[in-house]
Amino acid sequence: MQWDVVWNNFDYFLWGAFPNGPLGGLAVSIILAVLGIFGAFWIGLAAGLMRLSRNKLVKITSVIYIEVIRGVPLLMLIFWFYFLAPVVLGTSLPEFHCALIAFVVFTGAYIAEIVKAGVVALPSGQMEAARGTGLSHYQAMRFVILPQALRNMIPSFVNQFVSLTKDTSLAYIIGVNELTRTATQVNNRTLSAPTEIFITIAVLYFIVCYVLTYTSRKMEKHLARYQARDR
Amino acid sequence: MNYQFDWNLVLTGQYGQWILDGVKVTLQISAVSIGFTLVLGTIIAVMRMSKFKPFEWFSFAFVEFFRNTPLLIQIFFWYFGSYAILPDSWNTWLYDHDFEFAAGVISLTFYTSAFIAEEIRAGINSIPKNQLEASRATGLSFMQAYRFVILPQAFRIIIPPLISQSLNLIKNSSLVMTIGVMDLTYMARQVESYTFHGFEAFTVATLIYLVISLIVSFSINMYNKHYLIQIKY
Repeated sequence: MQWDVVWNNFDYFLWGAFPNGPLGGLAVSIILAVLGIFGAFWIGLAAGLMRLSRNKLVKITSVIYIEVIRGVPLLMLIFWFYFLAPVVLGTSLPEFHCALIAFVVFTGAYIAEIVKAGVVALPSGQMEAARGTGLSHYQAMRFVILPQALRNMIPSFVNQFVSLTKDTSLAYIIGVNELTRTATQVNNRTLSAPTEIFITIAVLYFIVCYVLTYTSRKMEKHLARYQARDR
Repeated sequence: MNYQFDWNLVLTGQYGQWILDGVKVTLQISAVSIGFTLVLGTIIAVMRMSKFKPFEWFSFAFVEFFRNTPLLIQIFFWYFGSYAILPDSWNTWLYDHDFEFAAGVISLTFYTSAFIAEEIRAGINSIPKNQLEASRATGLSFMQAYRFVILPQAFRIIIPPLISQSLNLIKNSSLVMTIGVMDLTYMARQVESYTFHGFEAFTVATLIYLVISLIVSFSINMYNKHYLIQIKY
């Protein structure tokens, strides 16, 4: 076992060549995941609410988006944006942007389902009562339903964030310099300690993801106390 | 946008054949991995229910570790790093017998087992506790009670989540292209690099994945409609 290979490159795994070069490694993975979940939240919220709309056209658009994206491997989507951008835009996008767009579109479809389930799970009395006080459908959604539904969804969002953090490893394939790519670079350069390198990387991902999973479980228990229920 | 579409190129002839070969490999690696996953997932789930603490800890650690690390890293680990762990005779055997495929199957199996074990555990938990007590009282051993009473009922309940995990496995199998298994994604990439018609190649591959997924999710819905059983307490 040659753990010194790992220790010599440990700062490269964490933030790439940062002060002297571009940021990389775990830092880029986390940036991708944070930006990705932020973008996906808004797309997912829109698609989830569209999914519940009474307007057939709006609803079908959202169903198609959700079903198509959820039926396709993320890797396919990444390739799509990577090879499609030059065809559609005429110039190629930077790899980081392609990966980020793919993550947003992909995770958005999963968040849409969470949003839909979260809104449906609220007792129907909430909507009726809100409408009864004279709020419009839009106002009732905005001020009564969504604040409660979104709060209940926080644990699911955290779980989705965990998935996305793991999925950022796929950005390696189109050449984004994130944690997985730094690992393969070091592995290709040293060629002597693949086992040690990949165990280290796995542990790094594990620490980030497990902390989040643990938080989500704690929050689930905590939030369960404040949920509106049917009587 | 001056891009000449050429669908025939991808759908027929040599490149069409490549795509078909890719589909075959994707289905093969998925089927083999799903088989192993069911077995390993069940073992882990039952260990988790066991009263023997080390079993319980082991399966807890297994599930948490494999669920919280990216599949891609696990694939690289088994592919690049396994030789330092496995005995030499195993390594020689593996290198002689399509090592890429084996590494793909191993990583898909371990990764998905961690998820499936949790589903199976939920299924077992949903079986009323007195079922186990009653079967133990009739003289069955712990293993027999699980084998003949608990698991058959649990599996009937969790068929829908098991199918959707299998679907995830089929989609995740696209990652094995990174270690050179010539699956559908690999072949689409290959066609792209030979013809520069990436748009067509990836559209066709995407549609194939989509058709597989839609068939699977359609069958889950059918199952839910007709066969889903509710346990009465």
